[in-house]
Amino acid sequence: MPETLLITNGHVIDPANHIDKKCDVLIIDGKVEEVADHIPNKGGKNSAEKKVIDASGKLVTPGLIDIHVHFREPGDEEEETITSGSAAAVAAGFTSVVCMPNTKPPVEDETDVEYIHRKGRQARKTHVYTMGSITKGQEGIELAEMGFMAEAGAVGFTDDGRGLQNTSVMLKALKYASMFNKVIAQHCQDDTIAGEGVMNAGYFSTILGLPGIDSLAEQAILWRDIQLVKKLRNGNVRYHAQHISTVSSVELIRQAKKESLPVTCEVTPHHLLFTEEMCAEYDTNYKVNPPLRTAADVAALKEAIAEGLVDALVTDHAPHLQSEKELEFLSAPFGIASLECALGLYVKVLIEPGILDWPGLIKLLTIGPAGVIGIDKGSLSKGKQGDVTIIDPKAEYKIDVNTFHSKSRNCPYNNWKVTGRVEKTIVGGEIRFEAPA
Amino acid sequence: MRKKTEQFVWTRKHLLGLRQLTADELTHILDTAAGFEQIGKQTVKKAPALRGKLVVNLFFEDSTRTRNSFTLAASRLSADVINFTKKESSVSKGETLLDTARNLEAMGIDIVVIRHSAAGAATLLSRNITACVVNAGDGYCEHPTQGLLDVYTIRKLRGSLKGLKIAIVGDIAHSRVARSDMWAMTKLGAEVIFVGPPTLMPADVGRLPVSVSTSLDEIIEKVDVINMLRIQFERQSSNPFPSVREYSHYFGLTVDRMKKAKPNIIVMHPGPINRGLEMESEVADGANSAILQQVSNGVAVRMAVLFLVSQAAAQTNV
Repeated sequence: MPETLLITNGHVIDPANHIDKKCDVLIIDGKVEEVADHIPNKGGKNSAEKKVIDASGKLVTPGLIDIHVHFREPGDEEEETITSGSAAAVAAGFTSVVCMPNTKPPVEDETDVEYIHRKGRQARKTHVYTMGSITKGQEGIELAEMGFMAEAGAVGFTDDGRGLQNTSVMLKALKYASMFNKVIAQHCQDDTIAGEGVMNAGYFSTILGLPGIDSLAEQAILWRDIQLVKKLRNGNVRYHAQHISTVSSVELIRQAKKESLPVTCEVTPHHLLFTEEMCAEYDTNYKVNPPLRTAADVAALKEAIAEGLVDALVTDHAPHLQSEKELEFLSAPFGIASLECALGLYVKVLIEPGILDWPGLIKLLTIGPAGVIGIDKGSLSKGKQGDVTIIDPKAEYKIDVNTFHSKSRNCPYNNWKVTGRVEKTIVGGEIRFEAPA
Repeated sequence: MRKKTEQFVWTRKHLLGLRQLTADELTHILDTAAGFEQIGKQTVKKAPALRGKLVVNLFFEDSTRTRNSFTLAASRLSADVINFTKKESSVSKGETLLDTARNLEAMGIDIVVIRHSAAGAATLLSRNITACVVNAGDGYCEHPTQGLLDVYTIRKLRGSLKGLKIAIVGDIAHSRVARSDMWAMTKLGAEVIFVGPPTLMPADVGRLPVSVSTSLDEIIEKVDVINMLRIQFERQSSNPFPSVREYSHYFGLTVDRMKKAKPNIIVMHPGPINRGLEMESEVADGANSAILQQVSNGVAVRMAVLFLVSQAAAQTNV
C-alpha cells in the first residue's frame, strides 16, 4: 500500500507546469495530490500520517523517462533481464522506460507485450513499457500485429537495431499505426549504404581499415521517411527518428519541424560526448550503431538541443557480455550500457557547458519523451501518477561500473567524474530507490 | 651511414603497423635488415640471435607466402617455430581470438606473428598478452612487413626514397598493403599517388598524405616506382567495376603502357598476381620487375622485425 508522502523544501522543477521554484509535493494513494509553497505536515483535509522526505538543497522532478532501452529479455538474459534493467533504471532516476522489441524472439504480438509487462510488474522497480516490432520477425516485409500489441499496451513500433528498408512497407506501417494513434520509431539507416560497416565512414575508418557507415545511410532513410510523413500528414500519423547522429539529420528535422510535420527525434549521450576518433584503438566499447561521428556532427546535435529541435534524450542502453565485447572490433556487438550513469553524463555535456539549464534538461527527460510515445506521464499535475525523482545537483561522484545493477559492464564512462546524482526514485508513491548514504 | 641511426635504440616490443612509426624507426629496421640479408648468402644460413625463443605463426587467413617467409626468417635466427592455422575467427561459437592467444601464451611463447581478417586483431592481441606481437596483415588495415619489404626493395635499388614518385594502383580501399606502403613511403620522403577507380578509393582519401588519380595513362610517365595491387575479389560485397576486361583496360599494366614509362621504372606487386588482370605476364617477368626481389628481401626484413621486437622485450623485462 503506497504511503502518503510529503516531499518538503526541495526545488521543484516541473517543466510541463512551468514550475521552477522551492515548494512541497504531496503524494496520496500513489497519485500527485498537490504541489504548493508550503504543505503542512499535520492537519488540513489530509490528516493521515505522512512520511516526510526533506529535500532541502535537492531538485524534485517528475520521474525521469527513457524511451529507448534494451533489457534483452527474452533471449539474452545473460546480458540483462527486465529485473536487472529495472533496478538499474530506478538507480538512475528513471520511473518509466521503454524496452526495444529486438529481443530473441522479437516482440511481435500481444502475448510478447504482456510478457514484458508482467516481468516489469514482478520486478517492482520502474514502469516497464515496450514498443512492438513494426514487421514480423523484424524482417521488414510483413506488418506485425500492431493492433493487438497496441491493445496490450505497446507504446509504439520499431524494428530498432536495424532500419526498416522497404519504402512501401514503411508507408503501410505509418498508415496502419495511425489507426491506433501510435508512433512509428525508426532506426534511420539504409542497409545498402551502411553495408557491413562498423564505424563512421571517413578518415578514421580508412586508416583503421574498418568498413564504414557513411552518414548518408542515416540521411537517406530519414529524408525518405519525412517525405512519406508529408504525404500522409493528415490523421494520427506520428514518426519518431531514433538516436539521430549527423549534421544532415539535424537539418532534416529542423525543416520538418518548421513545416509542423508530426516528426520527433531523440539523441543519446554518446553521440554528444564522443567522436569517431574514439575507435582509434579498436576499443569495442565505442562500437555503437549509429556510429560515433565527427566533431561537426556532435556540434550540430548540441545546437539542435539548444534550439529545441530534440524531443527526448535517451540512453539506448545496450548491455553486452564482456566476452562478446572482447572480440575483434569487426565481430563485437554494437552498444553501450549507460542507463545507470545517464544523469551525470547529461549534466556534463548539456548543463555544464550551458547548452541547457535544469528545467531544459528535465523537460527532455520527462514531458518530452512522454509526448513522443503519448503516455500520460512526465508532470506533477494533480492526479498524475506519483512518479518523482529527487536529484542532488551538486553531488560529485565517480562512475564505477562495478556498482551497476545492470548485468553488463560495457561502459566507456567507467571512472569518469560527474556531477548530479539521483538521491531517491519514487514510483507510484513508493520509494523504489535510495542512494546509499 | 647515418649517425642518428647508430645511436638509435629500438623500444617497441610489438610491430602493429607502420602508421605509428617514425622515419628513424623505419630506417632502423631497414638498416638492421640489410645486416641480416648477408646471412642468407652464407653457406650456413643461420645466426643464433633468437636461439631458445618460440615464435608462433597464428594465421587465421590463408597465406602460404607470408607464413613461409616468417618461418624462414625465424629459423634463420635459430628460433623454434610453431605454425597455427585456423580457417575462420570464431564469433559466437568456438574459441575467441583472445582465448586462443591465452592458450598459446600458456605454452610460453615469445613472439606471435598474427594474420587475421579483422582489422585491429593484432592490436587487440597486444593489449592482452605479454608476448611480442607482429602483425602479418589485419583486415585491410595494415601489412607492416610487406610495407617494409617494399621500401627496403626500393631503397636497395635507388639508395633512398627521398623525392621518388610512387604510384600504387588498384583496389586501395580494400588493401592493407596500400596503407602500410603509404605510411612507410611518405615518412621516408617519397611522394605517393593512389591510382584507381573512385569506387576502389577509401573514405576521405583526401585527408591521407597522398594524391589521387583515376588515370594510369597520365601517371605512368611520371613515376619512378609502380606498385600494382592485387584485386581482392574475395573482399568485395558488390563489384566496384563492371568487368575484368574493363578494369584491365584502364588500370592494367600492359606492355603498351610500359612503353610510356621511364626506362628504369621499378615494377612491384605484393603477390600473388592475377596475371593478365593487374599486369601482363611480359611485364611481371620483364626487366623492370622487382617482384622476386621483394620476396627475397621479405625474409631479411622479417628477420629484422623479429629480432628487434625480441630485443625490446628483453630490455623491458629486465
